[in-house]
Amino acid sequence: MLIFEHSAKGRKTKIQSTSGNEMPTDIPASLLREEKPGLPEVSEMQAVRHYTSLSQKNFSIDTHFYPLGSCTMKHNPRVCNSLAMLPGFLSRHPLAPEKLSQGFMECMYELQEMLCDVTGMAGFSLAPMAGAQGEFAGIAMIRAYHDANGDTERKEILVPDAAHGTNPATATMCGYTVKEISTLANGDVDIDVLKEAVGPQTAGLMLTNPSTLGVFERRIEEIAKIIHDVGGLLYYDGANLNAILGKIRPGDMGFDVIHSNLHKTFSTPHGGGGPGSGAIGVAERLKPFMPMPGVKKVGDEFQWLTEEDCPHSIGRMSAFFGNPGVLLRAYIYMRLLGAEGMQRVGEFATLNANYMLTQLKARGFEAAIPDRYASHEFIITLKKQAKELNVSAMDFAKRLLDLGYHAPTTYFPLLVPECLLIEPTESEAKETLDGFIEALVQVQQEAETDADMLHNAPYTMPVNRLDEVRAAKQLDLAWTAESKA
Amino acid sequence: MPFVPHTEEEINEMLSVIGIDSIENLFDEIPAHLKIKGLEKVPAGLNEMSINRLMQQRAAKDGQPLCFIGAGSYDHHIPAAVWQITTRGEYYTAYTPYQAEASQGTLQLTYEFQSMMTALTGMDASNASLYDGATAMAEAVLMAVRSNRKSRSRKILVPRSVNPTYKHVTETIVKHQNIELVDVEIDNTTSKTSMDALKAFSGEDITAVVISQPNFFGTLEDVDAITTWAHENDIVVIAVVNPLSLAILKPPGVWGDSGADIAVGDGQPLGAPMSSGGPYYGIMTCKKAFVRQMPGRIVGRTVDQEGREGFVLTLQAREQHIRRSKATSNICTNQGLVVTASTIHMSLLGPEGLKQTALSCHANTQQLVEKLSTIDGVEIVFDQPRFHEAVIKVNKSAADVLAKLAEQNILGGLDLSADYPEMKDCILVCATELRIAEDIETFATALAAALK
Repeated sequence: MLIFEHSAKGRKTKIQSTSGNEMPTDIPASLLREEKPGLPEVSEMQAVRHYTSLSQKNFSIDTHFYPLGSCTMKHNPRVCNSLAMLPGFLSRHPLAPEKLSQGFMECMYELQEMLCDVTGMAGFSLAPMAGAQGEFAGIAMIRAYHDANGDTERKEILVPDAAHGTNPATATMCGYTVKEISTLANGDVDIDVLKEAVGPQTAGLMLTNPSTLGVFERRIEEIAKIIHDVGGLLYYDGANLNAILGKIRPGDMGFDVIHSNLHKTFSTPHGGGGPGSGAIGVAERLKPFMPMPGVKKVGDEFQWLTEEDCPHSIGRMSAFFGNPGVLLRAYIYMRLLGAEGMQRVGEFATLNANYMLTQLKARGFEAAIPDRYASHEFIITLKKQAKELNVSAMDFAKRLLDLGYHAPTTYFPLLVPECLLIEPTESEAKETLDGFIEALVQVQQEAETDADMLHNAPYTMPVNRLDEVRAAKQLDLAWTAESKA
Repeated sequence: MPFVPHTEEEINEMLSVIGIDSIENLFDEIPAHLKIKGLEKVPAGLNEMSINRLMQQRAAKDGQPLCFIGAGSYDHHIPAAVWQITTRGEYYTAYTPYQAEASQGTLQLTYEFQSMMTALTGMDASNASLYDGATAMAEAVLMAVRSNRKSRSRKILVPRSVNPTYKHVTETIVKHQNIELVDVEIDNTTSKTSMDALKAFSGEDITAVVISQPNFFGTLEDVDAITTWAHENDIVVIAVVNPLSLAILKPPGVWGDSGADIAVGDGQPLGAPMSSGGPYYGIMTCKKAFVRQMPGRIVGRTVDQEGREGFVLTLQAREQHIRRSKATSNICTNQGLVVTASTIHMSLLGPEGLKQTALSCHANTQQLVEKLSTIDGVEIVFDQPRFHEAVIKVNKSAADVLAKLAEQNILGGLDLSADYPEMKDCILVCATELRIAEDIETFATALAAALK
């Protein structure tokens, strides 16, 4: 039932708003609204009950194991939320003067510094509001760098075929053409293909390391040299930073610009799809192009870094300063972990993934890359099950929901047929991993005995499989009073 | 170990299953010389008590001043229930609803949100939100360029009465796609977009025009006349609106001859705290003909195998994970949690509550303007129909005056001279429903003293 269907015309039990105002006489009638907007008219209790009961139709980290590969669904400590929501932080106007902002700015400055340290970069900008916006900022900076050098013939960005879809989409938005580089069966970038592909037209390469195939790119230094030798720059997609946190740093591998998804590695909540943060780090030579604003320290005082300091900046990414509420949560998380805690993140995320991979292989599942250690995630391919039992990765995913587990990422990366990309994160206990392994084994047995049962799963959710074709063809994107009638 | 639950015994068991001696073995593939010894700028970890103390001190430092600045971020009351429900773990810690059956809460809520946005704006369709108002304007420009098949110029008219930062952000995002943002002058006596300046473009190939209602100075634009003029010249109309103002102002869907084509704005006034500038969310709504060019997540209502109503992400063929380099945008998320808060906020206020809030903002601002106009050295610059912001001019340096007010813990407004050199010593002030008569009195007294 929609909130609109709880509505009764004229229901007024509002204590949340002021009352008693008349329509203004100083605004011409032609600029005023004639009818009230069609919003629901419900009591506070109705609204609270409705949205509480809707929440209960969600799987979440707080309620379920959520091994969604490439998304790093780790525990979101509650204290990060409660402290980021202190009244002093919530009520700070974004344009408040520096003198009345030192507390907030100190946190942001220290966050920039810590991010530089854990990634090995020379400067950090907190401006981008999501991973995709971080990518945009990074590629725009690569372009600004080449342009500033009068190097305007570089028209191409290289992207491995295993990359996230945002990589090629971002390159296009920055006015580049995209060339895909193939991947070897062992998960590494095909260096021969890369060597063929580079040239004076190469602006840069976007790379995720560990890759989306869940393995570490072993020849990263060689790749960096190939790109740098032709005058290109190397972009690091930080989607998988969790795997190497505290162990190795993108800056040391030769990357010139990186984005870090703070909502993954640094545990800010995913919030049903956002808000996130795609903070970006740069090597020294890209510092002049960083998006504004940032925070600098002058003596004991924190000041805004603006276009005056950085005239070659690629510009502004948001109306104010990215998503500060998210940045504060990441800051608090990093201070809770400290240097030692961060090292453990990479270690235990990797331990959990390799434990699961080993167990699943022992129970008969096929790993996409069987002979290497996993990073913080790994891929199981169900192509044999698809062929022999006529069950798909999607069927497995849906049945897992019935067994109380959020499904892993399915059908990504596109290279591996019928794949499940599994990322347990460091915050899960061994018994949870064991439970999930048993669940997958159970689904496998069901696939062997009753494939049809899997085709119609899930059975215990509020709805079963939804008609997506109908949703796209008979578009119903909004409720209206007329549509009800 | 913070947030790592493993016991020694479990670690050993897991290592023996994998067949290795130490966790370090798992990193054998990484060249040894790349491994780091430790971190220098990350201090030792804090426990919950220590972090509490630290953050309480930092938050207290910033003083919670009495706020009379708006300029895109507004100090409104948010009902207690909004963030209490929003931060329930089921909303707070879920991700993008990839598994629709296990995400019906977020999906239905997003559908309700889209419905509320179309109701407020009078437009046909809404997406699940973009990052903020500024990026929503940038995406609207890209959408207009893709949609307006009659135009080849890729020229977008942006009046100087549109929030200047929104224009900067749009420039950053669209500049690599051969799109030109063309300034349109404002009438210096009213602050409204100059109709004469616009009409100079009649008959030219222009792709779109941006109209802000209210405009950056709080003044109400002649939206009907501009919309009709634009359509007569085959120009797509992009409205930038304050959603709260739409509780009383004419919605963009019915402006002029046939309404704006795309309406965007920042959702902050509907349930998001000012919070240093975010997270907020970008509103993105449009007319039917533009739906398939809309970027970002969109939720549709459909049925399951048994005919039960359910909700899914739809029109995904536009998106980057399928279209890759040919996608409508690289965006792959929305501002989900803020949208959750906003949807609950709108439900709690309802049409009448929202209207009363908007009316209070308007009434308080009129009171503020009246009060300030009685102070020696203060002049009301644009005395036009307005929503909840106004421009005053002081007879001393605006920067000095604002600094003096800040010393008394008052945010006296925004100095306009940085973006508008011709508006020397002009200050943009704002009063929401929270700035009651007592606050206005405090402000006026302090301002009078600062001008003495």
